[in-house]
Order: sequence, then structure tokens, then C-alpha cells
Amino acid sequence: MYREAILKKFKPSLDNILYILHDLQDNNPQRYLANDDIRVCADYLKVPYSYVHSVASFYTMFSLEPRGSNIIRLCDSPPCHLMGSKSLLTYLKKTLKVDVGGTTKDGKFTLELTSCLGACGVAPAMMLNDEMVGNLTPEKVDAILEKRRKES
Amino acid sequence: MSLVRNHVLISIDAGTVMAGARAVEKALIDEIAKQGLTDEIAVLETGSVGTIGQGVVLVVYPEGVYYANVTPQDIPQLVEEHLLKGRPLKRLILSEAPKQTVITKEKAGLLKEQPRIVLRNCGIIDPEKIEEYIAEGGYEAIGKALTSMKPEEVTEEIKKSGLAGRGGASFSTGMKWDFARRAAGDIKYIICNADEGEPGTFKDRLILEGDPHKLIEGMMLAGYAVGANTGFVYIRGEYALSIERLEKAIAQARDYGLLGTNILESTFSFDIFVMKGAGAYVCGEETALIESLEGKRGHPRNKPPYPVTEGLWGKPTVVNNVETLSNVPEIIKNGATWFRSYGTDKCPGTKVYTIIGNVATPGLIEAEMGTTLRDIIFEYAGGIKAGRKFKGALIGGAAGAFLGPDMLDVQMDFVNLREYAAVLGSGAILVMDESTDMVDMLQSVLHFFRHESCGHCVPCRLGTAQLVKIIDRIADSKGTQGDVDKLLKISDTMRDTSFCPLGQSLYLPISSSLKYFRGEIDARIHQ
Repeated sequence: MYREAILKKFKPSLDNILYILHDLQDNNPQRYLANDDIRVCADYLKVPYSYVHSVASFYTMFSLEPRGSNIIRLCDSPPCHLMGSKSLLTYLKKTLKVDVGGTTKDGKFTLELTSCLGACGVAPAMMLNDEMVGNLTPEKVDAILEKRRKES
Repeated sequence: MSLVRNHVLISIDAGTVMAGARAVEKALIDEIAKQGLTDEIAVLETGSVGTIGQGVVLVVYPEGVYYANVTPQDIPQLVEEHLLKGRPLKRLILSEAPKQTVITKEKAGLLKEQPRIVLRNCGIIDPEKIEEYIAEGGYEAIGKALTSMKPEEVTEEIKKSGLAGRGGASFSTGMKWDFARRAAGDIKYIICNADEGEPGTFKDRLILEGDPHKLIEGMMLAGYAVGANTGFVYIRGEYALSIERLEKAIAQARDYGLLGTNILESTFSFDIFVMKGAGAYVCGEETALIESLEGKRGHPRNKPPYPVTEGLWGKPTVVNNVETLSNVPEIIKNGATWFRSYGTDKCPGTKVYTIIGNVATPGLIEAEMGTTLRDIIFEYAGGIKAGRKFKGALIGGAAGAFLGPDMLDVQMDFVNLREYAAVLGSGAILVMDESTDMVDMLQSVLHFFRHESCGHCVPCRLGTAQLVKIIDRIADSKGTQGDVDKLLKISDTMRDTSFCPLGQSLYLPISSSLKYFRGEIDARIHQ
């Protein structure tokens, strides 16, 4: 089981919980923390399931719902807002035909919002999986989405 | 033996990597090899050179020519023209090179230029090589402290320097260390707060990416001063390159015996561990950060007890910001009196700012405490974009305050801004031009707080929801008489009753935007 291999990398100590959850989520094919992920983490750290669930639900980088193969996290904090993130959000919703938090029908994209990414110099910005993309325009977004659609 | 005649520095930070710096670097190295110049031209990586949003940036030395927006396609011509024929390629030259000195408070350029403190090595050394940090005088301060200063003398020197917390709270660093040093207990901790989440702020990221060893040395000095043997750096999960560079730097310091047991043959032992956050603005609050480090939800703790007496796992703990700790080595090396020659009497030293929004050249700068907002915007950032007029600035992030045009000549430091009911905060300066809709900006700030309110205390959880309802109504031109007073009243109550600074600070953006732009907000209600 891949989950056991992940757990073995960390000492069973509570201060490793965020690392374990990051790793479990990154390796889940649907890029979220499933019940099984939370269960194995709780057993490994010898804490109740509810405890791990409460921690996982607190941090925005963790998702408790299945997600698409690409995760878009558009920044909507004031600096990006000033530089036009609002109209980009409208555009992304329209193009992907999803609302914030939703996943496209083909399972390729999940649209999320995030607080400041610290990429304000190239606002408006977003993260596509682990990659930051800045100076966004509808055309640039189209190109990025098209490239990802072709992959996989 | 090869004799290098040109050094090409390529800025590798999260921003330039985004713009394709790795591909440019590869193209450059390949082209230099193709032209047979490998022995003559050295390509070196460095951190941010201070430009933001200018694409991939290269600096060619000894000439000191800055090239911006470089693409792999430009490389053959650049190598041929500049590196082969010695003619700088004009079309790619950055019109104004970033200042590698501190912007002085008397007015940029008029006084003798002073070297930078925090950003001294950023954009100059290769952050992935400990040797380059050492060559620039790195780890001299810890050497000096371990061989010739007692821990209390280190604390005293920091106290005398007047260094105050650069994360925004501006509490005296020396006092904080002194409390922790005097606190009972054998086990103590140093935590570096690198959970930079204040909208508009990314100075800590650029410090971490550009000069990670300076932070390590600052933490070692803090550890020596208070009697701690372990340090943690809590970095936000999105800062991948910062985490990578810092972990590399820590490994190098361990290899050199600068971290570990009996450092430099003294009795002092110290090690540092990196902890990755998972996305929660409230974890920038020191007790919430400690909870998160312990593996819990990041809810703030009741204070007192303060972390200096009961912090991580109940032990005395110092929590300092990245920029604060990065000031420490230079202070110990050069002395408190030297540090006090920068800045103002009440606020010595410099401040690192990220200046963004509707300015001609956004960037990372280090300015003396007391520099005016006008100088920062117009002398450094090239003024307002597209020749428009200045309307206002949001200083210190979402938990900061708006300033109007009549505040351009205010001296920027922690103490002075407080007199105008504003704060310096984390050092973010978001500049807005005349076309900005202030209702829209305030709406964005309030939405941010509603999202980031952790839900722990009632005033903040309910207050942020109500504030969003009201501002959404105003933005939709459905506001009613009395809505503005409600915004003030709710945020005022939150200031008095919220559990932590998150809810307490919302009063600032609301009251300041009303102070300068009330007419505009009222007009929207009466539409």
C-alpha cells in the first residue's frame, strides 16, 4: 500500500501531521484527502479520526472533496483584485463552466480561490498545481488551459 | 587556468522562474559553450535583483548592465553582441537599474548612499553557495558573539540598537529576547515566522530566496542570546523555492559545522528545522503559528502567558519575523551605534518594502525608516503607471490602512504612522491610481477577512460576515443610510472584543478608507 510507504517516512509524532497530510493528498489520484487518508493518518499518530479531520478542514491547501487532475487557485486578494482578478474569475467560470470549488465534467480542472500568493508584482496571478503563473489575461488563460487539456 | 572576463548573473526567484528563467539560463550556458567562451564567461545564479514583473533579468559584470524581459530567443544575439563583441544590446537594457543601496530618508540620491542591511547580498551572491555568503562576511557575527560576547551582551546590543519586529507589530526585539532569556527552564526555542500571508507582501520570500544564510545566522544569534538550542522556520506551503533554498542552506551549514553541536569549538549547540504550513493567514499570528507547529488547528491562544514564557510545547519561545532576524547579524558585526545611524531616533534601521499596484516599476526595496511615501513611490517605483494621478495607497496589507494624496509627505516609520492612525505593518505598499474604485477595494479587503477569519471567536466570525453583507450591498448600489456607520460600529466592536489581531485590525482599513474616501462611498449609497 502506498499509504504505508508515505507514513513510514515520518516519525509518528503529532508535529508531523501537516507533512503527512500534504504527502497523502499529493499522492491521492484525485488530489484530496479521502476518508482512508484521514483514517490511516489518525491511526498512525494515535489520535481520533475527528482530530485529523478537524486539522485537515482548517487549512485551505487541503481538500476533503475529490478534485480534478489540474487545480487552479486564482488569487483574489486586494493586490490582484486591483489588477483585474475579478474579471478573470468571471472568465474562468464561463470557460470551464464551473463555479468556485467545482470540477469540470471531464475531471481535468478544479477551480479554487486563494488568498495572496505573494506574486503581487505580476498580478493578477494564480497557481496551476505547484506552478505560479502571473500577468494573466484571458488569452494567456486560454493557452494554459489548452496545453493542459492536450496533456494526459 | 581559466581567466573569467565577464560574470553573468541570472536572477532566479519565484517571479523570474515563472517568466522562464530556467530556460533562459540553459540557452545562455549552451550558447556560451557553442561560441567557445565557457572559460571566459561565468554564469552564476543569484536571488532577486529587486525588479518585479520585468521577466527574466540578467546582469552582466564588470559593466553592471541590467537586461530585462530576456527570452531564450534573445540569447544568441546577446551573447554575440555583448559577450563576444563587447557591445551592450540596447534593446534589452533595463532603463533604470534597481538601486543596490538604501533609499535615504532625506531624499533619494541627494545624500551619500548607504549600503543595504537586510538585502545586502540579495541579487549579488549565489544563495545556494555558503562560500559566497562567507566571502561577504557571513557567519562573522556568530563567530564574534561566540568568542567575545556573553549571551546577555548580545541581547543588550540588540536592545541598544532599537531593532523592532519587522513583521508588523514592531515590538522591541531585544526586550523579547531578554524576557525569553530570563524565563525559567532549560529548553527554549527560536521560531522564525515565514508564514508571510499579508496581501501584497512578499519581502520574506525574496529574502529567503536571495540570502537564506543570513536568516540562519540571525537565528543562531537569537539562540545563543536566549539559551535555545533548536530553531524552527515556519514557511507557508506555497513558497516552494524558499523551502528548497533554505533546506539546502541548512544542510550546507551543517556540513560546515556551523549548525550542530559545539559550534566553532564553543559550548553552544544549535540546529534548525523547516516546517511547511498549509494555507492559513491566521497562522501569521505567533500563538496560532505555534499551535500549527504542534500539529493542531491554527487557532490563536489566550495571552498572557506570552510565548516568551510559555510557547512551543509550553517552553519559552521567541518568535521573530524573517526580516527582523536578517537584521541581527549586521547589528552584531557592526554594533548598535552603526545601526542607529540609519533611520529615525524612535525607529532606527531600514525597512524592506514591496511596492506594487499601479506604479510604473513595481519592486523590492530597502529604505531608511522615515523615508517619505512620495520618495518611495516617485523616486523609486517610477511614479504612477501611464501618467495617471495618485489616488491612494494601502499600506501594510489588508490589515493595514489606506492613505490619501495629502499623506504623500508623511515619514514612513512605525511610530510616526501611528500618529495618523495608520500602520507600517509588513511593508506592503499597494498604490492605486485615480481610476480605482474605492468601494471595490474595500469590498475586496473585507472579503479577504471573511475568508481568513478562523472562526474561533464570535466577534470576528460574525463581524466579518456582517461587514461583507453591508459592503456587498453598498457595491451593488443598494446601500442604505446608516450603512457606513454600521461598518464603523461593527469594526470598532471587533477591535475591542476580538480574540486576536486578525479581528482587531479590521477597523484600520475601514476607518482609514472612510477618512479619505467617504465622499465616494456615500455617493454610491445615494445613487
